[in-house]
Amino acid sequence: MQKVYTRIEAIAGNVITVKAEGIKNGDLAEVTSAHGTSLANVIRLKGDLVSLQVFAGARGVSTGDEVRFLGKPMQVSCSDDLLGRIFDGSGRPRDNGPELKDQMIDIGGPSVNPAKRIIPKHMIRTGIPMIDVFNSLVESQKLPIFSISGEPYNELLSRIALQAEVDLIILGGIGLKYDDYLFFRDTLESGGAMSRTIFFVHTAADPTVEGLLVPDISLAVAEQFALRGKKVLVLLTDMTNFADAMKEIAITMEQVPSNRGYPGDLYSQLASRYEKAVDFDTAGSVTILAATTMPGDDVTHPVPDNTGYITEGQYYLKNGRIEPFGSLSRLKQQVNSSTRDDHRPLMDGMIKLYASYQESLEKKSMGFRMSSWDKKLLAYGEMFESRMMDLSVNIPLEEALDLGWEILSSSLDQDETGLRTELVRKYWPKNRE
Amino acid sequence: MDRTSGKVIGVTGNMVTVEVSGRISMNEVGFIRMGEKKLKAEVIRINGSIAELQVFEMTQGISVGDEVEFSQEQLSVTLGPGLLGQIYDGLQNPLPALAEQCGFFLERGVYLDALDGERQWEFTPKVSKGDTVRPADTIGIVPEGIFEHRIMVPFTLQRGSYQVTSVAEAGNYRIHDTIAEVEDAKGRTHELTMVFDWPVKRAITHYQERLRPDQPLVTQVRITDTFFPIALGGTYCIPGPFGAGKTVLQQITSRHADVDIVIIAACGERAGEVVETLKEFPELTDPRTGKSLMERTIIICNTSSMPVSAREASVYTAVSLAEYYRQMGLHVLLLADSTSRWAQSMREMSGRLEEIPGEEAFPAYLESVIASFYERAGIVRLSDGETGSVTIGGTVSPAGGNFEEPVTQATLKVVGAFHGLSRERSDARKYPAIHPLESWSKYSGRISKEQVEYVRSILYRGDEVSQMMKVVGEEGTSTEDYIIYLKSDLVDSVYIQQNSFDPVDAAVPIERQKHTFDLLFRVTAGAYELENKEDARHYFNQIRQLFLDWNGAESDADSFAEIESRISEKYREKLVSYDTRVKSLISDEEGR
Ligand SMILES: Nc1ncnc2c1ncn2[C@@H]1O[C@H](COP(=O)(O)OP(=O)(O)O)[C@@H](O)[C@H]1O
Ligand SMILES: [Mg+2]
Repeated sequence: MQKVYTRIEAIAGNVITVKAEGIKNGDLAEVTSAHGTSLANVIRLKGDLVSLQVFAGARGVSTGDEVRFLGKPMQVSCSDDLLGRIFDGSGRPRDNGPELKDQMIDIGGPSVNPAKRIIPKHMIRTGIPMIDVFNSLVESQKLPIFSISGEPYNELLSRIALQAEVDLIILGGIGLKYDDYLFFRDTLESGGAMSRTIFFVHTAADPTVEGLLVPDISLAVAEQFALRGKKVLVLLTDMTNFADAMKEIAITMEQVPSNRGYPGDLYSQLASRYEKAVDFDTAGSVTILAATTMPGDDVTHPVPDNTGYITEGQYYLKNGRIEPFGSLSRLKQQVNSSTRDDHRPLMDGMIKLYASYQESLEKKSMGFRMSSWDKKLLAYGEMFESRMMDLSVNIPLEEALDLGWEILSSSLDQDETGLRTELVRKYWPKNRE
Repeated sequence: MDRTSGKVIGVTGNMVTVEVSGRISMNEVGFIRMGEKKLKAEVIRINGSIAELQVFEMTQGISVGDEVEFSQEQLSVTLGPGLLGQIYDGLQNPLPALAEQCGFFLERGVYLDALDGERQWEFTPKVSKGDTVRPADTIGIVPEGIFEHRIMVPFTLQRGSYQVTSVAEAGNYRIHDTIAEVEDAKGRTHELTMVFDWPVKRAITHYQERLRPDQPLVTQVRITDTFFPIALGGTYCIPGPFGAGKTVLQQITSRHADVDIVIIAACGERAGEVVETLKEFPELTDPRTGKSLMERTIIICNTSSMPVSAREASVYTAVSLAEYYRQMGLHVLLLADSTSRWAQSMREMSGRLEEIPGEEAFPAYLESVIASFYERAGIVRLSDGETGSVTIGGTVSPAGGNFEEPVTQATLKVVGAFHGLSRERSDARKYPAIHPLESWSKYSGRISKEQVEYVRSILYRGDEVSQMMKVVGEEGTSTEDYIIYLKSDLVDSVYIQQNSFDPVDAAVPIERQKHTFDLLFRVTAGAYELENKEDARHYFNQIRQLFLDWNGAESDADSFAEIESRISEKYREKLVSYDTRVKSLISDEEGR
């Protein structure tokens, strides 16, 4: 049952309004204008007035254009044929391959019953000490990379994707630069991961609103594969573009903005996507890594701020390094009790000392004389930065822990570490006692 | 009576507009028919024959013309035996049962009974035929886990006296079985069962009087119990930026707090955090009772991806359950994480209603709503003379971590204690990141007030010195001042900071706190003969090391006493005298 309407009552921003009956909230429609056909979905009903957001944008849409209601919400295919394929933001092939119509599922489905979740227990090893030691990544975690534009967040995402032992990688690009898209494609291809990857790519050149669908499509597919027992890693880049597209629609709909123009439900909107990360009782898992660029390097900007309240930590990328402050993995305690007994105390102890190092550094920059303690801290901090924090370091966790003791013992005395005596005795390098 | 019905005439987000034929009331529950499904909703505005309803489900698929049935009932909770140990959503749907019926996902429009109607309870009557009772009086008791659950005259009956005309004999009954009949002044008979519904937005006020919250509630978190105590029947809030440790602090409090019952309202936050609680609690034993922690816990869970309107309801569901158990003479702690999400759900609704927005688009009534929620806390004397209490602790998630925002400010006006978390401290992994200088409490604790005041003054002065050092450098600081700084740093590292993941340090009983604090107090009250700053630093490093090891020693282990005497020896090594102002507070002065 497809109804066609040819009279658009109002057009504002990317939202059009038509008079229609029997339409359901959330239903999909096709809007055909001189520029082609775009998908749209119903976002408001008021009497017989139906408002829709047009994914390809309403630019060039005329009041006489055709609106065809499809009588169903947005759907996507989730068959195995998706593997190795590249689609656009609305799920249409971008790679000249065939359109897929098998096993269609609704996007943006209901959330998982908390009673059916399990406590995640599997660490994803990345070989990056700032992650493995200090903020371990865990299967089913939802975690953004906070970054200013220009930082190598996409490199970091692809590096983790290749290193992680997952069954399936889904890349959701939102406002992705074309070069970055090619970068992902080439990196995953040369890493031999293409056949277990699915791309949903909305590029910076595509209409903004179309990017809104990418997280939902990517996550709906991820969820289906997870239900079939697969470990799925979803990369979303960049979620700030997603939030901005939402802002645009909210303003068009004349919603009262809550903070810097963003709608009051920004938190709930982001949460309903990120909460798709899950470790299923008796099935697979969905892990979400997302890039969130921070306008003006400001963590208090509504997008990173709301994101941080939702996700299970964040990696804060700055000057090409993962910063120890501001970075956090909230799931680390689920996995780091069973690695090595020095893991937890070392990770906290080293950061505490790094905080003291920062203070000494500040004093130094103000021209104060360095006490012998300051000098020790400076030596410690510099070694920490060059040997641990540098992103080029690629070593297994255990080696990184040993390196931690190495750094501590070559700059400090045992009782300066703030670590318990028993532990220090056990791990202090023998040649330094 | 004819049930009112209506038709949907508009949908925006989770709000539907309905044209109604007949009588409806504010906060009445209605159901929107969507094919086979019925979606629960609540009336939030009435204007002539037009009502706005907030839908407790996603509204995808609703269309204009859909039918709406009204229930003539307010949004309510079911009260009766069997609530403990349950995991409910914001509308009191039992989630495990829902999972059994629907599988992995939360299907829309499936509402299950909050309590098992088939379970048998061993009832012992406490009244006899002819007795006079009032609402909230006990008719009988049933054992519920570790508690005696009182079966009370429903609070929903009009206030006044009733005469018991019959009461069931001791024996096993199901919750819907009639266990008594009472007659009101007009001669009407009321059949009583073991359950009744209570409208969540009304406070239960069936007590003789409200008392001053002057009994400390021990959490076993050192900084809280020693410096910023909370009280039975009191209120407190934990504002803090994301990642500062609000949730972990509530989690450890929910495990270790010295109360009878803990109700966890996971409001609009991560599902994963609730999962930790609901999977771990059944495995953990409560040292107070020897039973599983779950037996004293109820979880109300409306996590961030669950429908927003139900989030608003969830805190009221939680507090109503808390008040119910308080009526049994129990001490209940309600932990809400996070009240900001609740405030945001009000904001979303207010926006959809196109109300005039206040600051940051929150509704103008935000403050009064927050105040009346916290007002539901309190310690009360019940009609039988016993006391019961509801303590409320809420986290606040301020936008941008800035406390100058409407929810934090409105909350600070009404609570009795403020545990403000600091980003700086959590970044430096100084947990729990409660700010030791900015936080406050109006309640009194169990540790000597004078000692606490003195140590706090050291913390303040230590902070001043540390600020000074940033201006004049260490070289411009006297050794004396530097020692004050070292003392404050010591208190911070070995007392204020507490390792939640260490088996011993995670929870420190109040007796042990008293004991360690006393020694720490003496160390801070000491004047020492130390040559220079370098010596002082070394000396305090050694003391710190000993305290850290001490914190890891089990109270009854030999090492505990052994380390203690080493600390005593160590600090006396360079001790010259004690600060004369507090000499009288030192318990076992040894002739100095
Ligand atoms: N008391 C604590 N001890 C050790 N680690 C903590 C403590 N509190 C918080 N953390 C760390 O910080 C992370 C974030 O804490 P959480 O309570 O979830 O923050 P919030 O609720 O304020 O966003 C935790 O996952 C844990 O790694
Ligand atoms: Mg939290």
